[in-house]
Amino acid sequence: MDTKDLDAKSYTDFLKRYIETRDEQALYGAEQVSKSFIKNQISPEEIVHLHIQSLLEIYPEIQDQIQLSMNFLLEAMIAYGLAHQEYQLLREKQLRIKSEIDVAAGMQSMLMQSEVPNTDELDIGVISVPANQMNGDYHHFVKGKDGAISIAIADIIGKGIPAALSMSMIKYAMDSFPESEMSTNAILASLNRVVERNVDPSMFITMFYAQYKPDTGKLYYSSAGHEPGFYYSNKTKSFHEFEAKGLVLGVDPDTTYVQSEIDIEKDDMVILLTDGVTECRKGDTFIERDELLEVIKTYMHLPAQDIVNHVYRYFERIQNFQLRDDFTLVILKKVV
Amino acid sequence: MNSQSCVSIQKEWDIVAARQMGREIAKQLGFGTVDQARITTAISELARNIYLYAGEGQICFEIVETLEQKGMTIVATDSGPGIEDLSLVMQDGYTTSGGLGAGLPGVRRLMDDFDMESEVGHGTRIVTTKWVR
Repeated sequence: MDTKDLDAKSYTDFLKRYIETRDEQALYGAEQVSKSFIKNQISPEEIVHLHIQSLLEIYPEIQDQIQLSMNFLLEAMIAYGLAHQEYQLLREKQLRIKSEIDVAAGMQSMLMQSEVPNTDELDIGVISVPANQMNGDYHHFVKGKDGAISIAIADIIGKGIPAALSMSMIKYAMDSFPESEMSTNAILASLNRVVERNVDPSMFITMFYAQYKPDTGKLYYSSAGHEPGFYYSNKTKSFHEFEAKGLVLGVDPDTTYVQSEIDIEKDDMVILLTDGVTECRKGDTFIERDELLEVIKTYMHLPAQDIVNHVYRYFERIQNFQLRDDFTLVILKKVV
Repeated sequence: MNSQSCVSIQKEWDIVAARQMGREIAKQLGFGTVDQARITTAISELARNIYLYAGEGQICFEIVETLEQKGMTIVATDSGPGIEDLSLVMQDGYTTSGGLGAGLPGVRRLMDDFDMESEVGHGTRIVTTKWVR
């Protein structure tokens, strides 16, 4: 006997038992058979048919009305069964697409990986989490020969696969620049030309580019329309927003950018982020930038990586564990 | 045996007539209750398509017999606007009638063999067969 016949037999047995004893165990049996039906893709109309057959087997003298009503039910189940089949097929299709995207996302995160450089002067923490499978945020670190640390953080307007594809292009463009020898504004200007030539005009990329030079103890930075980050001064125990103006990348090939600089002292902190951090929503309202600073304050005695992890967990939780935008946060602490 | 019976489809009521004739033939051929219901549902879909999109046409039934098996063929013809993209209408999830109809993919699933020809501006002809198991 194959599974189908076996299931049919147990169905009849459980039905008979239930009618005779009203036994809960028989109903539990029905649940089990039903799961087997689903597993073997038995359609609803076939189950109704089986029910009719079972009834006739148990009660050969069954009333016409009952049997006719069951035929009626069978007819009513046909369209339902078709819709169910279609749903199954679409589900399989969706799983296939999802697994393809998973592979792409895995490739992307491998390609885009940027190791946090080892340095004695800075403690660096970074977290970047995509809202969907593929990340439209980008960050990278480069350590120059002179010990200079360059940090790029970028966000593409839009998310998902198109954003992720554009980000791969940014990475390869930047790989070709002698970054540690260029000023931050020159890097943005070069990148702007690449983006303008190669990216769809409806897409914009914002970037904040910073360079820490140990010989001067300064942080140099430029922004292309990017969400401003913060600077924490240990001397005054206060946070300041980075003031940097510049047009987003990809709009006008002749755009120029400005480089600014600040002194970084021991126990100062630099916070760079994407708008996925500041545009976290609590219910219907956006969080205030002050709230972010409050959370950072709570954890700022910890190592940089622990701070960013805690901040991420905090915002993940207030958003019910569903990010609405890609989330990237980089924190640098000057330790000596 | 090679008999043919047709129902012409012009009003919604004709769909019921086509179903009835189809069910009778299916019953006589020895199809089981579930298959009778499936064939009838396929007839309904084909007839509704004619009624909704072509305005008029006809549904014909043929009994087909080979050495090994016998079955029932439904031929649906109309001289309506025709279908431009056949692959598209055969895609699951693509329905024009509000999403609740089984559509042509449904008909193909309810039956065993399915074939379709269509010419834009001239009409559509669908031939589909179910074999007695």
